Amino acid sequence: MINVDSVTPLLEVRGVKKAFAGVKALKGVDLSIAPGEVHCVLGQNGAGKSTLIKILSGVYTPDEGEFVWQGEHVTIGGPTEAMAMGIATMYQELDVVDGLTIAENIFLGHELSTGGLLKVNEAHKRTRALLKRLGHGELSPAREVGSLSPANKQIVSMARALSRDIRLIIMDEPSAVLDSEEVKNLFRVVTELTKSGIAVVYISHRLAEIREIGDRITVIKDGRTMATGLDVEQTPTPELIKLMTGRDVANVFPESIPIPDDAAEILRVENLSARGVFEPVSFSVRAGEIFGLAGLVGSGRSEILETIYGAIKPSSGTVSVLGTPLRSGSVPAAVASGIGLSPEERKSQGLILAEPIYRNVTLSSFARFAKATFLNEKLERDTSRAQLEALELRPADPDRAVGLLSGGNQQKVMLARWLVHGTRVLLLDEPTRGVDVGARAEIYALIRKLSAAGTAIVIVSSEIEEVLGLSDRVLVIAEGETLATVNAQDIDEPGVLDLVMKGSAA
Amino acid sequence: MSEPTTHADAAAAVSSNSASALIRRFLGSAAGRNIGLVIALVILLIVGTITAGDRFTNVANILTIVRLASVTGVLAIGMTFVIIAGGIDLSVGSVLGLSSVVATLAAVQAAASGFWPLMIIVALAVGVLAGTINGIVVAYGNVVAFMATLAMLIAARGFAEILSNRTTQSVRVKGFLEFSNGNLFGIPSLVLIFIVVAIAGWILLNRTTFGRRTVAIGGNREAARLAGINVKRHTVYLYALVGLTAGIAAVMLTGRTTSGTSTHGTLYELDAIAAVVVGGTLLIGGRGTIVGTVLGILIFNVLTNIFTQNNLNTSVQAITKGAIIVIAVLVQQRFATRGDRKKS
Repeated sequence: MINVDSVTPLLEVRGVKKAFAGVKALKGVDLSIAPGEVHCVLGQNGAGKSTLIKILSGVYTPDEGEFVWQGEHVTIGGPTEAMAMGIATMYQELDVVDGLTIAENIFLGHELSTGGLLKVNEAHKRTRALLKRLGHGELSPAREVGSLSPANKQIVSMARALSRDIRLIIMDEPSAVLDSEEVKNLFRVVTELTKSGIAVVYISHRLAEIREIGDRITVIKDGRTMATGLDVEQTPTPELIKLMTGRDVANVFPESIPIPDDAAEILRVENLSARGVFEPVSFSVRAGEIFGLAGLVGSGRSEILETIYGAIKPSSGTVSVLGTPLRSGSVPAAVASGIGLSPEERKSQGLILAEPIYRNVTLSSFARFAKATFLNEKLERDTSRAQLEALELRPADPDRAVGLLSGGNQQKVMLARWLVHGTRVLLLDEPTRGVDVGARAEIYALIRKLSAAGTAIVIVSSEIEEVLGLSDRVLVIAEGETLATVNAQDIDEPGVLDLVMKGSAA
Repeated sequence: MSEPTTHADAAAAVSSNSASALIRRFLGSAAGRNIGLVIALVILLIVGTITAGDRFTNVANILTIVRLASVTGVLAIGMTFVIIAGGIDLSVGSVLGLSSVVATLAAVQAAASGFWPLMIIVALAVGVLAGTINGIVVAYGNVVAFMATLAMLIAARGFAEILSNRTTQSVRVKGFLEFSNGNLFGIPSLVLIFIVVAIAGWILLNRTTFGRRTVAIGGNREAARLAGINVKRHTVYLYALVGLTAGIAAVMLTGRTTSGTSTHGTLYELDAIAAVVVGGTLLIGGRGTIVGTVLGILIFNVLTNIFTQNNLNTSVQAITKGAIIVIAVLVQQRFATRGDRKKS
């Protein structure tokens, strides 16, 4: 850690304002970044983090505000200028080109060439060096980026930033697509970058990560800087949450409620497998129970959920609801029997963003609102509104487009869909991805409430802490293989990772 | 990803500026987008009246316009559904040709038995069958709709040529000709068929579960599938539906020309697609209106009529049509990006 007060700031941002079509996204953001520090920017969804990033990387031009870069007043004219100054950005939606090779991606826009001819060997050589520096020397520069995992795509994105002479790298939720092993590598890389004097602006919802990697914190709320330059080690979590949300948030995970002994078994999964994806898995979930699948990214946990749901055809095994086996590989059959899935990627797999809320809420059940195939939209709206009110989604306006909602509210729309449909088994894949800290506690409470009302819930999350905090029992998996089923209170995060490591070694 | 605005801000902006917000909201809505098309149509009508005077502005001419519009109009209604669902059907023109040939062959039977509606039944059946084949290849064969229906375009035309021996058969079935060239309350039956198909299409799209599934699949195919909608089966129904409209159009064209030939409907698919797109339906799916499609069809046909009434070159007409398509798409994109920015 460096003494940030004694050096000239790398970048100072003062009073930045930006409005879109009259709506103010940023109303005054200040922050100061020292060379070689990891500066974390915290804020809820909608606080203006993305707008700030886009202003720093030259995508948007601010309406007001000044920038001091290495002691000189500057304006950031555009993405190319930002890059030339030494500011690189790693967007959350990775901006790599799938059809090009790793080397081609890295030198995209500043290709190495003489007289128009590409110097492929030179590019490959430099790419190899960059990948090695990032701890991924095993990747071939000639490999097509489309065939890489999200984590490796991120490495390519980072290598691209490093291929230029940069002073500041902005990372927008870099850990969202990574599992804990990959996060470790990311942190190792970040530490190496800062040692060489490069500053990192690190954006993440995960406070634990910020504690581990960050030096100082700036909190943004409603387009304004609430606090800046907070020392990571000196600032307690409740204070950060209060700054972000403007209110106190109590213990995030709700108390688990003991399951009555006579609770009926709702979901039974027997010897379910999908060849090449995951090995046979068996478990059952009772009414009022929350069952967690814990494992790393790529362990097959999402695929297990999708197979239970019929979206992936199993190569063996059965899924039964209340003792009745379902037709395998059929989503309509699963839905009809009362299984609901809230998928990992809400925006691409769950919601029709351009459509109003009520049509998203009734997407699985609109046929029931129809008489002789003629829809009763008033009834759909009324039912949706009542459900939105019950879930405390405000404003409970069923005609708003779903794309306008925050991550937390979009998750509530997904829950509303299955509540309106009348669901016995709820499969939740990454229920809090893209959901900010304040809304998380709400989602957790809702999940617990649904479970208490008798729904059997299966939950998957890349945050092991979340799985353990919510579940009653946990199934630990690694590389598609079931390792153990344990009571959630008997195991902690290191315990799960320990099992995973042992399982992978065996 | 976090939004650049908070919802509280957005709400405040709306209430503080509600009049202009309402206008913006209206222009962004389906009805609002159609207003642009109505204005375009009115301008064309004024141009027609000024340049051609009474030759343009008389009931007979207006009926001619609508009568000529009705065949591609029916095709365009079916096309609207597949395009909203994110697909395309290039084969409608060929299927129309095939249906007309088969129906004409059936005319011999029809004349013999005296049961002339047999021709209609045959034409519709051929259309539905071809459409169902398209749908199965697209949905269960996972062939891109563009290619699957391009193959049908080529094959159906070839099949029609074999069946007709590349000759034009005239239709002399009295009942059929009376039906297809008759009038009801002074309105040509072809126009009535178009009106009925358009209204049925509107109801199907806006008021039924079939329409809801169509929009859902076009809006987000994966989300629709994971919500429990049988996307593959619905896809087959959609192509069968557009095939049905090709069959209906075949009946209409066979009646109007009193003949069946394998060249019937050549390039009609492009006119239908153009009308749908000009009518505001997004080619990527998820959004579109029947009213827009009808306006799109009328705009093209009024334009053709104005050129004909003024004895203008058909080549100039083609250039004008091309320009209209580009302008319409550009205007649409402006609206689309505006909507996205609000969303982002």
